[in-house]
Amino acid sequence: MKVTLTVNGTEYARDVEPRLLLIHLLRDELGLTGSHWGCDTSNCGACVVWLDDTPVKSCTVLAVMADGHRVLTVEGLANGASLDPVQQGFAHCHGLQCGFCTPGMMLTARWLLNNNPHPSSYQVREAISGQVCRCTGYENIVKAVLWAAEYEAGG
Amino acid sequence: MYPSRFRYEAPHTVAEAIRLLAAGGDNAKVLAGGQSLVPLMKLRFAAPELVVDINNLPGLSYHRADPDGTLRIGALCRHADLERSALLAGTQPTMAAAAPLIADPIVRNRGTLVGSLCHADPQGDWASVVLSLGGSVVAEGPDGRRSIPMTDFVTGPFQNLLAPDEIAVEAVIPAAQGERRGGYLKLERRVGDFATVGVAVSLETAGEVVRRAGIALTGVGASTIAASAAAAALTGHSLTAESIAAAASAAAEAARPRTDHRGSAEYKRHMVATFVERILTRCSAEPAERAA
Repeated sequence: MKVTLTVNGTEYARDVEPRLLLIHLLRDELGLTGSHWGCDTSNCGACVVWLDDTPVKSCTVLAVMADGHRVLTVEGLANGASLDPVQQGFAHCHGLQCGFCTPGMMLTARWLLNNNPHPSSYQVREAISGQVCRCTGYENIVKAVLWAAEYEAGG
Repeated sequence: MYPSRFRYEAPHTVAEAIRLLAAGGDNAKVLAGGQSLVPLMKLRFAAPELVVDINNLPGLSYHRADPDGTLRIGALCRHADLERSALLAGTQPTMAAAAPLIADPIVRNRGTLVGSLCHADPQGDWASVVLSLGGSVVAEGPDGRRSIPMTDFVTGPFQNLLAPDEIAVEAVIPAAQGERRGGYLKLERRVGDFATVGVAVSLETAGEVVRRAGIALTGVGASTIAASAAAAALTGHSLTAESIAAAASAAAEAARPRTDHRGSAEYKRHMVATFVERILTRCSAEPAERAA
């Protein structure tokens, strides 16, 4: 069935099977492989993207449910050549090791800072509590998000 | 993992959705947030031939109180809406306590309370909360709407009373007779895991006297359990160490836990009593929420 969606500001139209998951539409049909296909069971959050204005686990959303909607993936996070402060924070604070969980973590972090520009360390931990870093690098992920918050506050 | 092949419809009116469901018979499923149905379909535990996505139905995202205090939650109201709700924070202590404990923050952006009730997972948190509050589900079918008390709505694990051509359009929490107190506590191994044990306690009090009590248990039986004897131990009395202990012990007796990888039956039963006691002790110490 025909779906039209806007990903990172670009409109795409594709003919897909209703059973196609959003993560596979993004990766396999649109070539946007920044979003990772991890546990496939809604647990790990490597596949987190924004559907309209909220983060979702794209392994648990049908691609057809995104018809007529906006999607933001990690490829859309930077503003041209200028990295998003969240991305800068992950670079600065060594917020990634193997990098597998990073796209999902950064999209959740961006959403958190848009809605709570000055989160506590607890609030950052709560926000990413549905996502798994299998390198167990949580400490630096939290530091990276707090760094971005401070950077955006002009600190 | 891929679901089996199915036909997908995304109607724009409830009437059209009902017509599609009626034509689909027993092989059709309603899709709202999809946070339980999509995983079930991926695991092939569910293989509907027709999926009716209700996300395009207008006007179902609400949660609001009627002038008399009756709370109404539409079929597309997401867990996250309830988690951030000032209305719930001010008037519904049991619901406000449960909302941030549902699944994980990302799943809460998508999943719905009404969908959770329909899914009827014995480990679903909202079923206990709504049961403890004496709530009901409004179903709409070809012949109009009917209200189904939560006590009847779940007929077994993953089974509900809806006819194949009915949609659950709303959950309803009746107005309190007095002031509300209550809470929800959940033991989970990590965020997003199913409840090892969950306990919902909802009280309506006049002064110090409990006028209505509801206690319901998550994850300790083949279905959500209404601990009626525990609630009866509180009704008509004030919260004292004795009445709290009696309710805790009656709730533990009502539990039907099984030993599994989350813990032994004995441990789970003990946690039921502990949680009932903990919530009631807090209720006795804190001021009641404004009546609603």
